[in-house]
Amino acid sequence: MTIKEIAKELNLNVFCGREGLENKVTGGYVSDLLSDVMGNSEAGQAWITLQSHRNVAAIASLRELSGIILVKNNEPDEAMAKQAEEEGIPVLGTPLSAYEITGKLFQLLQG
Amino acid sequence: MQFEFNIEGGDFTNAGTASSQVKKILKQLNVLPTDIKRIVVSLYEAEVNVVAHAYRGNILVEISPEKVVLILTDEGPGIPDISQAMQSGYSTASPHVREMGFGAGMGLPNIQKNADDLKIESEVGKGTRLEIIINLYKP
Repeated sequence: MTIKEIAKELNLNVFCGREGLENKVTGGYVSDLLSDVMGNSEAGQAWITLQSHRNVAAIASLRELSGIILVKNNEPDEAMAKQAEEEGIPVLGTPLSAYEITGKLFQLLQG
Repeated sequence: MQFEFNIEGGDFTNAGTASSQVKKILKQLNVLPTDIKRIVVSLYEAEVNVVAHAYRGNILVEISPEKVVLILTDEGPGIPDISQAMQSGYSTASPHVREMGFGAGMGLPNIQKNADDLKIESEVGKGTRLEIIINLYKP
């Protein structure tokens, strides 16, 4: 399933990085600790977090994650949006909590 | 092949710039993705440590067909107890740094997990030098 399809199914806002909307999502990783994601995420996973600064885009790019889903109405700050746009990393948003959106994404990817 | 980068302490907006450039170079050199991952994770963590703790620093990247050597030298407070700093979960990061999701005490353990060799020398009040060696896979 692609980021674009997930965005449609789960009603996610697309903030930036539209270039990467066709990225294939192989799974998800939920964490607000940057070193945890750096050390343990796998390429292709969508990263669910409330962190919305530039380093999040940098890590997603370095680890070749498929996209970032910001929870609880968080929006990327200017520097994050700029970097995500440059690197083609899609940044999406939802009003739901990490718990709720993770459950929905898990179900969607299993189904 | 040698590359050099400078790091400014406290400059979180540019943290990861060197890692990103090194990754591009390694991809062009057709280094195996699993080796690139180990190098990038190690370099990123080391880079962020300098940004989070030191005043300024310097990265030297040496790439040969056998291995990649990363040397990070900083001017900073130094590490009083290296074995304590190596413990997973131990961190002296400021509340501001922790709010950003850094400072979980996972940086040095991440480097150790990904590197084939890690040497740390530090002098309190002067600075720290990290030497990270990652051997490249040879078929």
